[in-house]
Amino acid sequence: MKEDKMPSRRETIRKLLQGAGFLGLGGLTWGAYVDEAKSAELILRPPGAISEEDFVKACVKCGECVIACPYDTLKLAEPGDRKPVGTPFFEPRKIACEMCPDIPCVPVCPSGALDVNLVSSVKEKNKETMLDINTAKMGIAVIDTSTCIAYWGIQCDICYRACPLMDEAIELKYERNERTGKHAFLKPVVNNEVCTGCGLCEHACVTEKSAIKVLPLSIILGKVGSHYIKGWDEDDEKRMEENDVEEDENMDKALDYLNSDWKDIVDE
Amino acid sequence: MGISRRDFIKQSAVATAATAIGLSIPKEMNAAKEKAESDWRWDKSVCRFCGTGCGIMVATKNDKIVAVKGDPAAPVNRGLNCIKGYFNAKIMYGEDRLTKPLLRVNEAGEFAKNGKFKPVSWKRAFDEMEKHIKSSLKELGPTGIGIFGSGQYTIQEGYAAVKLVKAGFRSNNIDPNARHCMASAVVGFIQTFGIDEPAGCYDDIELTDTVISWGANMSEMHPILWARVSDRKLSNPDKVKVVNLTTFTNRTSDLADTEIIFKPHTDLAIWNYLAREIMYNHPEAIDEKFVNKYNVFATGPVDTGYGMRMPDHAKFSEKELETVKKEAKKQISENEGVTLKYLDYKTGDTIEMKSRASAMKHWIISREEFKKALEPYTLDFVAKLAKGNPDESIDDFKAKLKLLADLYIEKGRKVVSFWTMGMNQHQRGSWVNEQSYMVHFLLGKQAKPGSGAFSLTGQPSACGTAREVGTFAHRLPADLVVTNPKHREISEKIWKLPTGTLNPKVGSHVMKIHRDAEDGKIKFIWVQVNNPYQNTANANHWIKAAREMDNFIVTSDPYPGISAKVSDLILPTAMIYEKWGSYGNAERRTQHWKQQVTPIGDAMPDIWQMAELAKRFKIREVWGAQNIPGLEGGLPDVLSEAQAMGYSPNDTLYDVLFANEEAKSYAWPDPIGEGFQNTEVEGDKRNVEGSDGQVWKGYNFFIHKYLWEEYRKFGLGHGHDLADFDTYHKVRGLKWPVVDGKETQWRFNSKYDPYARKEGVGSFAFYGKALKKMPQGSLKGPDKEKEKYDLTNKAKIFFRPYMDPVEMPDKNYPFWMSTGRVLEHWHSGTMTMRVPELYRAVPEALCYMNPKDADKNGLKQGDTVWVESRRGKVKAHVETRGRNRPSKGLVFIPWFDEKVFVNKVALDATCPMSKQTDFKKCAVKVYKA
Amino acid sequence: MNKALKNNKFLILRRIIQISILLLFVGGNYWGWNILRGDLSTAKVLDTFYLSDPYFVIQTFASGFVVAADVLVGALIILLFYALIGGRAFCSWVCPMNIITDSANRLRKMLKMYREDVKVPINRNLRYWILGLSIVLSALFGVAAFEAVSPISMLHRGIIFGMGFGWAAILLVFFFDLFVLQNGWCGYVCPLGAFYSLTNKISIFKIKHTVENCTECNKCLIVCPEKPVLAIIGKKSGQITKGECTNCGRCIDVCEDHALKFSFNKYNK
Repeated sequence: MKEDKMPSRRETIRKLLQGAGFLGLGGLTWGAYVDEAKSAELILRPPGAISEEDFVKACVKCGECVIACPYDTLKLAEPGDRKPVGTPFFEPRKIACEMCPDIPCVPVCPSGALDVNLVSSVKEKNKETMLDINTAKMGIAVIDTSTCIAYWGIQCDICYRACPLMDEAIELKYERNERTGKHAFLKPVVNNEVCTGCGLCEHACVTEKSAIKVLPLSIILGKVGSHYIKGWDEDDEKRMEENDVEEDENMDKALDYLNSDWKDIVDE
Repeated sequence: MGISRRDFIKQSAVATAATAIGLSIPKEMNAAKEKAESDWRWDKSVCRFCGTGCGIMVATKNDKIVAVKGDPAAPVNRGLNCIKGYFNAKIMYGEDRLTKPLLRVNEAGEFAKNGKFKPVSWKRAFDEMEKHIKSSLKELGPTGIGIFGSGQYTIQEGYAAVKLVKAGFRSNNIDPNARHCMASAVVGFIQTFGIDEPAGCYDDIELTDTVISWGANMSEMHPILWARVSDRKLSNPDKVKVVNLTTFTNRTSDLADTEIIFKPHTDLAIWNYLAREIMYNHPEAIDEKFVNKYNVFATGPVDTGYGMRMPDHAKFSEKELETVKKEAKKQISENEGVTLKYLDYKTGDTIEMKSRASAMKHWIISREEFKKALEPYTLDFVAKLAKGNPDESIDDFKAKLKLLADLYIEKGRKVVSFWTMGMNQHQRGSWVNEQSYMVHFLLGKQAKPGSGAFSLTGQPSACGTAREVGTFAHRLPADLVVTNPKHREISEKIWKLPTGTLNPKVGSHVMKIHRDAEDGKIKFIWVQVNNPYQNTANANHWIKAAREMDNFIVTSDPYPGISAKVSDLILPTAMIYEKWGSYGNAERRTQHWKQQVTPIGDAMPDIWQMAELAKRFKIREVWGAQNIPGLEGGLPDVLSEAQAMGYSPNDTLYDVLFANEEAKSYAWPDPIGEGFQNTEVEGDKRNVEGSDGQVWKGYNFFIHKYLWEEYRKFGLGHGHDLADFDTYHKVRGLKWPVVDGKETQWRFNSKYDPYARKEGVGSFAFYGKALKKMPQGSLKGPDKEKEKYDLTNKAKIFFRPYMDPVEMPDKNYPFWMSTGRVLEHWHSGTMTMRVPELYRAVPEALCYMNPKDADKNGLKQGDTVWVESRRGKVKAHVETRGRNRPSKGLVFIPWFDEKVFVNKVALDATCPMSKQTDFKKCAVKVYKA
Repeated sequence: MNKALKNNKFLILRRIIQISILLLFVGGNYWGWNILRGDLSTAKVLDTFYLSDPYFVIQTFASGFVVAADVLVGALIILLFYALIGGRAFCSWVCPMNIITDSANRLRKMLKMYREDVKVPINRNLRYWILGLSIVLSALFGVAAFEAVSPISMLHRGIIFGMGFGWAAILLVFFFDLFVLQNGWCGYVCPLGAFYSLTNKISIFKIKHTVENCTECNKCLIVCPEKPVLAIIGKKSGQITKGECTNCGRCIDVCEDHALKFSFNKYNK
């Protein structure tokens, strides 16, 4: 009897360990996959999307925004899209955001993943908050000036004319073409502060692979440390709010330096 | 002080511009230069699209166009292109290219008006054409057929068409799409100068200080020229000024220092304001020497109607009649009460349109009379009349008009006025063209480097073919006209025709061919290089006429468009680089190219189609006596004289017109064609079954060269001199007149134009020959007592009043509607909509609208709306942002998109003189669909 | 024929309901219907309120995001509905994966693979481990962990919005159930089913056994996808109270002795 029980207990422990290992291994694989799958850095979200990190948590994948989009711009990511499955995104080269003034895709979001406040502005007149698609920040268009044919001197500017915020989000820079001596370049330039990332430019671009592409803000935008504030721009002080310098008094480094042998600094 | 690189370039550009370019060909620019290491061939050609006339290089490989590049040696574009030019390599290879003749047939395979299109042989196609032309000629005479020609014909094609129709069929019913495009400019040129086409050239851009754009969205329609204007502006931003006069904000406003938004049609008043400002407030600005020596003053009738049919026509709907009734008479409006006071009209009076048939009439008046007529056009009056943006203050608008006047008037400031369709597609288009010369002449700023009124053309060969060759209902080559017996004589001589062959009665212009078809007066129509069923206003009428009347419509087209769809027979046609050809651009530059590749499928060139048709007609069938409605005695029988000239009655039109002894003297092979094929002349590898059912093996003589050399005889020594065929294949185009191998940059200016020099009357000579002996009179009319005034070598300064357009917005139709183009698409889109990239960029025509108007009507960006006029309606999506930004009260819809068939809505009112349709204004309502 | 109908009545009813729900969702996306719009993660009902998957919402909480009230309320409605009424009925009456796994099972029978089970060293408790792991992983990686890999969502959303490579995951489930383990997905792996099993304690909608009628033919045990729940068959009368019972009704369908039926009240005798 005793003889029989001993292996059984050992067996139980073995099984337990085996189970834990199994679970650990599975968990690691699963975790690694999930972590990889959620970090689609180059994804473009609908207007009003909160930060990507929060978005993947918040989105309940209900597809309300996709159903609301009148232009079939938005899609829910499918397995194989290499994007967090079930979350909405768009690819401007296929169908760009048409920047509807009534932004049907945002107010329908039940989860807070799309935030109406991020696509609203306050009216000057009556301080009323209004939906304003022009405040959307889906991404920012970037031009590859080596393949943009307007930079060659071709009178193209299709992106400029396709831009719903023409002359604001994309401007033309006029420059003399010294090679011909009598033509001007009309070079499109993106204004990062205005560009909403709708991608109509990327969609319209006539080069084989678009010379203008929309990339997510997190990829494009740099960040200036809050230790320097523009002296000529009062608004820039807002950045101070994120400025919480930790007091980090540590004399050790100084003492180490001071107490090291002074002889080291003179010639022998 | 050193000279910067930029200065050097600027100076050398001016230097090049100021000296006539000889015929030296830089070695490295040798067109046909082939690189041994590459398996493709580069050869020079011309862009297929607009009137700018950019030079390109075409690369062929395995008998396909594989690439193009801007031609760095081309003076117009120096290697650059716009986005349409960028895609020249792709236009010929759309997937629905037509490759076989298609005929509407019934089950039994017989032609049936209501049949379905089925492929047929070329022989069958020509059999049907022959049959239907012959029955139309028999029933209706030469006026029973009509040809919709083109400003996109190659020059030789246009010439062959004119010869076949006018000399062969003795019909003047051939009229090009250029009627919709340049006719008003032509009347302006002929009445003012006595000769067609601009005095200046593109070099004016680099030399001027001021570019004033009137109803021309150059930034989208002439992008390469706009790049030059932009460069000029950059070269001296403080000095160089750019003004954009337009009825809605467009991309041309980007560069402009000043944008003037005016109400449609009021450009007539603005020009007169400028003239009044000069005559009344700045007499010191008048170039007295110039005006006294080279100008006379003139005016004409105002009761000329609006180019529509009279209201008693049976096919008008009730709603249409609301507008059409004004063709007979109308009430003088409040504004016209002011502007027509000089004719004693008062507001509320009825004006009867008595001069509809004699709208072209004009007579010489005194300078005092001219000045008197300008009196009402004060700043206050014109500003109130013309302000086009309801949201702009009247004072701001006045300040802009004042600034405009100051720019024109400023002593020593060079000014170029450019215009395109805004001034040509205009119910008083000929007037407003003449008004531009009025202002430039008064200031002595015309026909001088950097100064002049310059009409830009839309089409690649509106000048070269439609106008210079004369594919119009009233014209013959080189500014000759059918109504002038001497001109007919010259033509008959060059064409070796019996005297009296040519028809002296002006034929049907574009609108009239459509209207004649609707009235059953034309029963055979051939559409060539044109899409008249999409590009003509009030289209419902014409399409129904084509489909419901007893007639036979043939369309030659590489692609299926609306015209092909409403035809009975479709001929698959070779495209630009599939044939030898030549175009003439807006600055009188003629450019030739060689056939680069074999045509697709069984497509054949237009010249071949015409010459093969000509084989089906014996001269005895067409040169007998002919009845012409409205021509007393009809056309004489010229067969006996023909026989005396050595023709046999059984000679075909092909033998006489295209394959005569002279033609056959142009041998093929020709050194100029070495290494290049020629489908018409030698057949090609496809072995297409030709019009006789046999394999096509070619004419065996160089028909393109023959047509060119014969054509050029018309102009030689008459101010239209063109160089010989071979020369054009060595150079990057030449601006005519080409005299002693040198091109001419500024005509009428003795310093640059040998013809002006030859006249010996001073620094200028407006030597055009037409309309140079005119009656004299007062503002009210000619005085029959006075003898005719001889104005040889002089040009006219016309007074033309402001009048309201025939249809204006009202309670029921509250919006102005204008149509036009966009940069990405060419005309009806048959080529550019088939370039996938251009299609993706601009897949549909939008209804551009002011956001406040949209708001007021419960519309928003992207909504689908009906745009409806008294004639028809069309669905489009609302665009409240984007490239065109109308002020309140106006919508703009481009016409390239056959799915948004805006010409159903547009009004077919024309300038009564030029017969050019006004596509820029009619009244519409816009409501949610 | 009649007998076949009678012997499959709950199966047919379930299929009708499963497919109808799916159809309502599809109509919501493609044809603008507003009865059910969205998908099983979150759906809007009659354009007025939301229903949400409570397990998904718990993962979201774990990932560190407080969902909006609408969604939270929607999740509570669902949670309460199943906890108080439906039990684990989601799995057999709503979940579209059920159709896949049932087909796998049917094919398994047809191919006579029934008895050739390879010994797979997993037991039915695995799903609870996976359930727990999914919550831990959601917290660790800041994203709903099971939702990111769920073949159920891939299938359901795939039908409504577009499948992509989702078919691969679905096929995997199908083959797993067909070749590896009978009722493998639903009975051993699926943490969503595990979740509903855990909440299935007090629901009133249950299967009731009457031992007096039982002939111990064991047909019910053959068809049951969660065999251990039928432990009382032939032993004593009463309700099937184990949380894993999905209320699929197959046992009732196959019982020819009136020994099994649905009861809506646990005190109903």
